[in-house]
Amino acid sequence: MRRTNDVYIIGLGQTELGELWDVSLRQLAARALKAACEDADNLAPQAIFVGNMLAANASRQANLAALVAEYSGLAGQVEGFTVEAAEASGGAAIYMANNAIRSGMIDVAAVVGVEKVTDVVGAGIESRLLSTGIDSDYEASEGLTLTGQTSLLLQRYLYENHLPREALANFPVIAHANAVNNPRAMFRRAIDTNAYRNAPVDTGGFNMYDVAPNADGAAALVLVRGDKVPKDLAHKAVRLASSSYITDRLALHDRQDLLFFEAAAVSVQQALLKASINLPDIDFFEYSDNTTLHAVLSLEAAGFASRGEGWKLATSGALTLQGELPVATMGGHKARGFPLGASGVFQVVEACQQLRGEAGANQIVHARIGMTQSLAATASAAATQILSL
Amino acid sequence: MKQEQIVPKPEKSKLLIPKIKVGIVGYGSYVPRYRLPAKEIGRIWGNEGGFPVREKAVAGLDEDVITMSIEAARNALKRSDISAEELRAVWVGSESHPYAVKPSGTVVAEAIGAPNDIQAGDWEFACKAGTEAMVAAMGLVGSGMGNYAMAIGMDTAQGKPGDALEYTAASGGAAFIIGSQESALVSIEASYSYVSDTPDFWRREYQVYPEHGQRFTGEPAYFEHVSGATQTIFAETGLKAADFAFAVFHQPNTKFPQRIGKMLGFTPEQIAPGLLAPVIGNTYSGAAMIGLTAILDIAREGDLILMTSYGSGAGSDSFVLKVRKPLALRRENALSTEDYINRRTEIDYATYLRYRGEIRMR
Repeated sequence: MRRTNDVYIIGLGQTELGELWDVSLRQLAARALKAACEDADNLAPQAIFVGNMLAANASRQANLAALVAEYSGLAGQVEGFTVEAAEASGGAAIYMANNAIRSGMIDVAAVVGVEKVTDVVGAGIESRLLSTGIDSDYEASEGLTLTGQTSLLLQRYLYENHLPREALANFPVIAHANAVNNPRAMFRRAIDTNAYRNAPVDTGGFNMYDVAPNADGAAALVLVRGDKVPKDLAHKAVRLASSSYITDRLALHDRQDLLFFEAAAVSVQQALLKASINLPDIDFFEYSDNTTLHAVLSLEAAGFASRGEGWKLATSGALTLQGELPVATMGGHKARGFPLGASGVFQVVEACQQLRGEAGANQIVHARIGMTQSLAATASAAATQILSL
Repeated sequence: MKQEQIVPKPEKSKLLIPKIKVGIVGYGSYVPRYRLPAKEIGRIWGNEGGFPVREKAVAGLDEDVITMSIEAARNALKRSDISAEELRAVWVGSESHPYAVKPSGTVVAEAIGAPNDIQAGDWEFACKAGTEAMVAAMGLVGSGMGNYAMAIGMDTAQGKPGDALEYTAASGGAAFIIGSQESALVSIEASYSYVSDTPDFWRREYQVYPEHGQRFTGEPAYFEHVSGATQTIFAETGLKAADFAFAVFHQPNTKFPQRIGKMLGFTPEQIAPGLLAPVIGNTYSGAAMIGLTAILDIAREGDLILMTSYGSGAGSDSFVLKVRKPLALRRENALSTEDYINRRTEIDYATYLRYRGEIRMR
């Protein structure tokens, strides 16, 4: 039964991911949006919400909604907004589109997550661009980078829980295994725990498998109110059962507990409440594996594991495609590629593929309810979506 | 009787086909004696392994592109049967010409005894300035404007301390005298150039060190252009990798030329003799050309050799060369490239800084 006032996702679009030197910001966004609109029987969006983190700094381009609308052939026909919440921008853009439809102001919205990282090369990406998501005055100006900061949290996590580094080895192993069957993924080669163990340790405790690789890429969704779902749609419409978004303290030093992602926890609780379901109802979780530390702390924050025990889920096999709680089903940020402000939209596209039964070799059997979560920096903002059929 | 066409007719071909057939009538190389091991650079900057080369050649205190070009040019003359007075051009390709304004070519020409009635400009196209000069020399000789032209590729490459390029930026290069094919040691059977506007590596005026586009320097830059040039010359000549005895590519590190060689169908054995980057580093404008000299030191009559250079910004010059009988008789007339490589004095990082003028007194 389709409920009139609920929001449904009827169009999906995504580009390939990676270092796409010859594809521009506008081309990426337009390709994803056009694909989503075609998938949605060309139902014209009344508004577009663009999720993006870096364009103003990396490509010297703000005013993205006008850019994307024009380049997608929608100039003069749509409202448009850019939503920025660092790496959670895409998730926050979905939240805004959901609000716009539920408020009754519009019936059809498009969300475009787009990130163009390779307009800038070199150390400046880490020091000048990614650091815009942490506290500029109190953290970045002291020389802390986001990765450096997160690696300190990882060291604390291992110390407090008396764990060897290898305890987290299975997170990237699972991600890489799942990306093998994702034709758009940045890294389609499986790795084993030895690869993780042997990788040289960089930035204060991380190795290259701990940190998701920055990627260019765009993903798009078309969302509609229930009564506007086209009758002869060629595929299933996926219900956006709930969307929640919450912020936390920006700087780490203002938090009570460094190893608990409070925003991640609150947004999951709110999403479950709005969708009127319980955590065990979730069949799979497109989590935010910005780093292995993000992966483990998001599992703990959501309540899938007790504090200090999230890592056990990865070693027990629970997180594989055949496990009780598959994660990163198309490779996650680690292996699919991490398109920062677009990543939250990619997660929802992938969750919809699972629910529509279009995930190919990675299809989860009996996937009925999926959850996605998009985290900014060290979870200073969290957007959670629950999707169902 | 109809003349058999070795290469397609000019109007139908992408190849650069001179009116008069040309070849290399003399060649010479030069590598300065000092070597800085990559692990010594790693010691300073806290890197333990995964270096792009084993060590690099470093010019001494009294050496620069001009002095090194003179050494290579003299070796080239020794292997030729001409005197410097017969040269009609002395062209030096480099990205480290000692003067911003004032040619290197005039100094080199005068030092080796070339007459006043010559062309003597300098060439700049990142790492393919030397092979660009070779193509120009082919044009000058091939059109009949002069009988002999010298093309030199030589560098004392700049690498910013602490940058990835510091491990490879090296000194050295080679000189070739282009003349008509009858007297050549090696005939130039075909040549083709492939360029595009690709900003992968650059140094603006008043900058001391070049900048580079990290991984952008790989796929869209080096691999695109080297394969673009080589595959076109394959297509236009009907040759394939297996037809060649040797192949040499621009070598900014050890891996790139090995990988492009494999991509184009060459075996490690075809690549190895010209692959000098592991032991002398990246000599920039000299890199492909000095690799060719190492091959000419051992090649036999009839051997086909492929050389494809690469210059950032970006482009590649590709050449098909065929060894002629006189090569074996002349190559002993000067020091071999291997002799120069074996003439080795290891230095530490501090000495390197002094020799390269990196220690600023004020």
